[in-house]
Amino acid sequence: MENSMKTKRYQIMINAILILVTLIIVLPFVLVFLSSLTDENVLIRNGYSFFPEKFSFYAYQYIIRQGDKILRAYGVTIIVTIVGTVLNIAMSALMAYPLSVKTLPHRRALTFFIFFTMLFNGGLVPTYLMYVNYFHIKNTLWALIIPNLLLSANNVLMIRSYFMTSIPDALFEAAKIDGAGHLRIFSVLIMPLGKPILVTMGLFSGLGYWNDWTNGLYYLSGNQGQKLFSIQNLLNQMITDIQYLASGKVAGNIGAEVAKLPATSIRMAIAFIAMLPLFIIYPFLQKYFAEGITLGAVKG
Amino acid sequence: MEKKSRLKAYRDHWPLYLMMLPGLLYLLINNYIPMAGIVIAFKKLNFAEGIFASPWAGFENFKFLFATKDAWIITRNTLLYNVAFILVNMVVGIAIAILICEIRSTKLKKLYQSAILLPFLMSMVILSYIVYALLSSENGLINNSLLSALHLEPVQWYQEPKYWPFILIFANCWKGVGYGCLIYIASLVGIDPSFYEAARLDGASKWQEIRNITLPCLVPTIITLLLLSIGRIFYSDFGLFYQVPMNSGVLFPTTNVIDTYVYRALIERGNISMSSAAGVYQSVVGFVIVMLSNWVVRKVDKDQALF
Repeated sequence: MENSMKTKRYQIMINAILILVTLIIVLPFVLVFLSSLTDENVLIRNGYSFFPEKFSFYAYQYIIRQGDKILRAYGVTIIVTIVGTVLNIAMSALMAYPLSVKTLPHRRALTFFIFFTMLFNGGLVPTYLMYVNYFHIKNTLWALIIPNLLLSANNVLMIRSYFMTSIPDALFEAAKIDGAGHLRIFSVLIMPLGKPILVTMGLFSGLGYWNDWTNGLYYLSGNQGQKLFSIQNLLNQMITDIQYLASGKVAGNIGAEVAKLPATSIRMAIAFIAMLPLFIIYPFLQKYFAEGITLGAVKG
Repeated sequence: MEKKSRLKAYRDHWPLYLMMLPGLLYLLINNYIPMAGIVIAFKKLNFAEGIFASPWAGFENFKFLFATKDAWIITRNTLLYNVAFILVNMVVGIAIAILICEIRSTKLKKLYQSAILLPFLMSMVILSYIVYALLSSENGLINNSLLSALHLEPVQWYQEPKYWPFILIFANCWKGVGYGCLIYIASLVGIDPSFYEAARLDGASKWQEIRNITLPCLVPTIITLLLLSIGRIFYSDFGLFYQVPMNSGVLFPTTNVIDTYVYRALIERGNISMSSAAGVYQSVVGFVIVMLSNWVVRKVDKDQALF
């Protein structure tokens, strides 16, 4: 009896700690959402707050009515995410399968060729100069897709391991006896059976594209580049502008510069709609996210 | 004979090489050509002559780099922040993982697990908005609601370098702790329950169970994660150090790391020689660290080594 009381108290205590942790994690998101729904004047007077004096849908109305730039950026993000993820997964799977075939000549050397890219890299300067001067991807949509195409060699090696360990050898043998060639085995056997790992990797690749803002920062600039801004680039630029204005480096009419910036509530609304799809898919795909993370910890 | 069978092997496998071709070409372009590009750091770059035809500068660029105060600051910041991140995220991650595993109700367990991973899915730009909402001097929640309620003077957060080590360590933990936590939970679930039953029969306290069973069982996972992060100790998350402090120049003493230095030197100042020298410094030292840490782990426990 006393023991169960003790257990109960213990459960209450650890739940209390974890509820506190959960609040620390969730409340900042709530703050962003509430700020996007706060009346602009109240925001300027009282600052961001969990208890706004007056609500307003102005920010969202503005985005729907006049947010060409914002909707355009949203479209860019969606296109880049879809195209990038499909290319990434196709290329990763096409690389992973041959590496899983034990009879492939030079298999070890090829694996090393991929693996070595995880150990050493040339860094930003040569990569930047090459893409800008020789491939001319500056201010093109490719700038948001190509430098991230194979997010990491680690993914290829993880997919290879999955093919090797989770698909029974007997199936390959049976397919070979039936006279199936490598291409056929890949499309009929590997792709369907490898679906779990490909979905998981695709999810991480998609997340990477959705959240990427560095490529836009490096390779998009000027009026031409701004047209190709993804939603993350747009958010990034807005916060950079605020800092620029605050630094006092702007000459001339500061009032006019500030007026050009979207209102505080609109900025928070854009941040919120950038997160929204992730909030929506997360409950359904959580299992895959968790799997991908635990897989990554076990070596490939 | 030997040659013939080899030819036959190639003939049998040629579709496989074809399949790999796009990926291999991509790696060649995206990863290997830039590796060759590290020669830029040893050149006196002249675009009219092209990168490879530019005259050699030897270690001149590196001499300039290490003569600046920045070289020391960015190295120190990169290393110290990474050490702090590794320790804080490990301790907090393990603590939360143990607490979550103690929860009886499966529903609550799921809820906590979902919550803890949520920030991991967000971009650094989003994190910078959240930090801004909290710390902005005009509209920030902390200055406007918290400090004023406590009758404290508002703080110009983006002008005060001394606060940033704490802000960045906290922000990094908030965003990243779920990742490690999930891995720790996965290995906690795998611990043989009979260990705990035996301990309980012996009258062990919860704390004793954690110290003598849970933590020792986590050691392999801890080592794997530690090795992975030590391998990256010379690199940092560009967004965390560039975007979250809003590229504020006053904060550079405590927010500038090698990655942000390379970027600023290249794009904002157009100083390719300094930027590439810092980049090569990072790549080479980073490579040596990965090899060393892997070598040490191989000595201790071969199964834990990455290669």
